Amino acid sequence: MSWVLDNVDLILQLAVVHLRQCVIAILLGSLIALPLGWVAWRYRLVRGPVIVLTGLLYTIPSLALLILMPAVLGYSAISETNLVVALTIYAVAILVRSVADGLDSVDAAVRQAATAMGYGGFRRFWTVDLPLAGPVILAGLRVAAVSTISLATVGILIGVTNLGYLFENGLQRRIVAEVLAGVLAVVVIALVIDLLLMLAGRAIMPWTRASTNATARRVRLPVRAAA
Amino acid sequence: MNLFAQAFAWLFAPERMEGTYALPTLLGQHLLYTVISVLIAAAIAVPAGWAIGHTGRGREVAVGISGAARAVPSFGLMVLLVLVLGVLRIPEAAVVTFVLLAIPSLLAGAYTGIEAVDRHVIDAARAMGMTEWQVFWKVEMRLGLPLLVGGIRAATLQVIATVTIAAYVNLGGLGWPIIQGIPLRRFEQVLGGAILVALLALLVDLLLALAQRMAVPTGLRTSSRDRSTASVPASS
Repeated sequence: MSWVLDNVDLILQLAVVHLRQCVIAILLGSLIALPLGWVAWRYRLVRGPVIVLTGLLYTIPSLALLILMPAVLGYSAISETNLVVALTIYAVAILVRSVADGLDSVDAAVRQAATAMGYGGFRRFWTVDLPLAGPVILAGLRVAAVSTISLATVGILIGVTNLGYLFENGLQRRIVAEVLAGVLAVVVIALVIDLLLMLAGRAIMPWTRASTNATARRVRLPVRAAA
Repeated sequence: MNLFAQAFAWLFAPERMEGTYALPTLLGQHLLYTVISVLIAAAIAVPAGWAIGHTGRGREVAVGISGAARAVPSFGLMVLLVLVLGVLRIPEAAVVTFVLLAIPSLLAGAYTGIEAVDRHVIDAARAMGMTEWQVFWKVEMRLGLPLLVGGIRAATLQVIATVTIAAYVNLGGLGWPIIQGIPLRRFEQVLGGAILVALLALLVDLLLALAQRMAVPTGLRTSSRDRSTASVPASS
């Protein structure tokens, strides 16, 4: 435990870097997944290929994806950009499905009522479809956020520093406390972000307060979780 | 694209079939660790998941476990167990890690499968005079099988991904060319390894997807358009 007390600064510093990498990936993932999920939901023909393709990318183990993506697209494998791109891809894979499923969950009668009241397609999407799909999308976002935060630690294997540094350094120096501190820091950050997202969801979508459990179970993941 | 040509040249070089780190050996190690770990995890998680699904008791615990498990970094957990169990017992530490990582998906697959069975079907089975065991074995287990296979699929791919990283603690497997090649900047070897790992994962995923389809009882095949059988519902 003395190691942890002596190195609080290091842990905090790494946690900030870690969080920055993850937040960028989650935001980018959401920005890409929202239109992509909408397209997949709106055009049935596109839906299959989009879900299958993102599912396949999600199936590729992280270490392999971290090598394959830069080789295909031609940027350096040993860079923070590479880690953020890979994390973004995994986030998109989870979120595209949630967005499409979320839009599916909107009652067709409600949608027709909005149209009958004179809502155009654009206004209806932002004021009717999206808010009602919100709970399902939020559940997917929480899953994506938590797995991104724990997955980011593999970055150290391609030389990108974040909380994963504590695993590498702790193994080399045989300091159990260092590795344990790293694992706990990742878990705590993931759970805090999860909690914040849940609270933000309750604040933005007050009507979901009564039945969070029912919607949370509707998240469908591509196969394979983070590693 | 030149790098890909070099990677394939590396993959198909005759030296890849020789020595301690021959590709067939690495593939064998990878598969062996995966199969052993998933089997051990299944022996623990499937009966537990079935019990939860059948009785409805302990559901919150299972949901909590599978939710919290997602937050645990697999690489960190593996390094931690290697240090705690000692560097001389790396295979044991690695298998314990893989088992711990496989359990949540298997547990979720087992109990959600049974939970998703229509209550009327179970009531009908009871009304026909089936014993509690028959209700479980002949009705609930069969109908829940596709979701269980879905859980096995998720768990297996999770383990394959983590075994890749386990080359970092000298466990061998197909991650070895990647992990060993990065510090040496031998990118044709790194890419060759990455291609193999990706192919292995995609192939196993495909096979288990087929198994999942075959797990749907014959009587339900016609209505198999119901997409809820296609994946394991996640919990939060």
